[in-house]
Amino acid sequence: MTFLSNLINGISLGSVYAIIALGYTMVYGIAKMLNFAHGDVIMVGAYASYCTMIYLGWHPLLSILFSIVVCTLLGVIIEAFAYKPLRRAGSLAVLITAIGVSYLLQNVALLIWGSTPKVFTSVVNFEPLSFFGGKLTITAESIVTVLACIVIMICLTLFTQKTKIGKAMRAVSEDKDAAELMGINVNTTISITFAVGSALAAVAGVLLCSSYPTLVPTTGSMPGIKAFTAAVFGGIGSIPGAMLGGILLGIIEIFSKSYISTSLSDAIVFAVLILVLLIKPTGILGKKITEKV
Amino acid sequence: MDKMVPYPSNSIVPERDLDKKPILETHHLGVDFGGLTAVDDFSITVGRTEISGLIGPNGAGKTTVFNLLTNVYQPTRGDIMLDGMTTARKTCFQVNKMGIARTFQNIRLFSNMSVLDNVKIGLHNSINQNLFSAMTHLFNYGKSEKAARDEAMSLLEFFDMQDVADSEAGSLPYGAQRRLEIARALATHPKIILLDEPAAGMNPSETSELMENIRRIRDNFGIAVLLIEHDMKLVMNICEGICVLDHGKVIAKGSPDEIKSNPKVIEAYLGKKKEGDANA
Repeated sequence: MTFLSNLINGISLGSVYAIIALGYTMVYGIAKMLNFAHGDVIMVGAYASYCTMIYLGWHPLLSILFSIVVCTLLGVIIEAFAYKPLRRAGSLAVLITAIGVSYLLQNVALLIWGSTPKVFTSVVNFEPLSFFGGKLTITAESIVTVLACIVIMICLTLFTQKTKIGKAMRAVSEDKDAAELMGINVNTTISITFAVGSALAAVAGVLLCSSYPTLVPTTGSMPGIKAFTAAVFGGIGSIPGAMLGGILLGIIEIFSKSYISTSLSDAIVFAVLILVLLIKPTGILGKKITEKV
Repeated sequence: MDKMVPYPSNSIVPERDLDKKPILETHHLGVDFGGLTAVDDFSITVGRTEISGLIGPNGAGKTTVFNLLTNVYQPTRGDIMLDGMTTARKTCFQVNKMGIARTFQNIRLFSNMSVLDNVKIGLHNSINQNLFSAMTHLFNYGKSEKAARDEAMSLLEFFDMQDVADSEAGSLPYGAQRRLEIARALATHPKIILLDEPAAGMNPSETSELMENIRRIRDNFGIAVLLIEHDMKLVMNICEGICVLDHGKVIAKGSPDEIKSNPKVIEAYLGKKKEGDANA
């Protein structure tokens, strides 16, 4: 029973990582940059939802919507002011800027909300489900998280495969210059990608804090790094890869916490990443890039 | 083939295009990269339905001219008038919207996408679909999807590629990839299409099919074609006006017969021995 319960917790945590990893992977796939501020957008999303629920007494669903709007705007604004001017600069400049934006967000949050942890009230108000006479309980948060993850995955796949904007995104991700010469506005496409990624971050933030209710300005950074790991693990740039990587990472983390050592769990997670990358450098579902000579 | 007649701006265009505004005019176009002048004083006029050629030895600056015309590079000097409007300070996609489309010297298809989707990318700006309707499948999503598919399919049929519509673009044979690149460019509804070495790597039968296709593009779509090509048989056969570039400068302009007998052209291709000109 512990095994089953661990597995479910792992999938649930992994689903959160997966949703965050989708943001990383989409931005990387299309803008070819690592948006290290992505984790902190999650934190902002969680605070946005927290404030509207606690101070304004909004309904949880409404607060989630508000948080999505805030994060979408935040993502687009970050892109417009911090990354767009660096479009033709080297990738290192953009990387450092992203780290800068990450610290900026953390410290602004520290100024606004202080360092005292806030206790996040779960947005899910259902009773946990009990199975086998109470031997196995699944929290409603877990179920909602997993379901949200599945729904997001399906929507995102349909979006990129079937819609005009989704196709433009794929075209930009394959060859930015050729896409632009075929009449695609690359800047707009990248902005939309940031908007979608950040909207997902808001959802992830709310779900994460519903399961792990301590909210501090650095809440987003560790899940952010783990989700980035998950994206690399699954093959960065690949949407199913981010999904798979996230869920595997969540399972590995929970299992190592409960069977090996709580304090070593993060070390184990990253050790697994190193192993995978040694065997398959492009990640599990990553495509091998062959340069034509 | 029409007789070439002088256009008021001293260039020549096919006689049938005389009354119409030329589709493309450049005036003293030039670009420097650092201290190096890649193209200088480049002036051409392309008639509304002209098939025109840009030739010259390797490194003469032909692809640079294409990059200037499509605003990949911003010119240092001179103007480009596309259908009577300047393209200065426009971005690549805006220039494409104004009516210029191109193919690439090295094929640059979206190779992981299907053949049909590649053409649909070209149709991007003519599909009337917003984010909301697409997400919800309401309103005109179904209709616009179908219209896009129909148009893309008819373009593929034009190049006899309808049977491979669902294959991955990267898996097509070389010649078919070249045709798909042209189809994708045509999907953007250009008024002029730039073909960068369309016959590169093709065998004689593929080349003659290509010549036929280029004429059909001009006749069916009523657009102008400007092509860079090293295959002289192709150039002399289908181009009405030819511009010869050497070391970034225009050394000759005229009809195929004039070009063939122009001593400067012969010199650029065969030399007079010049120092440091290994490719000539």
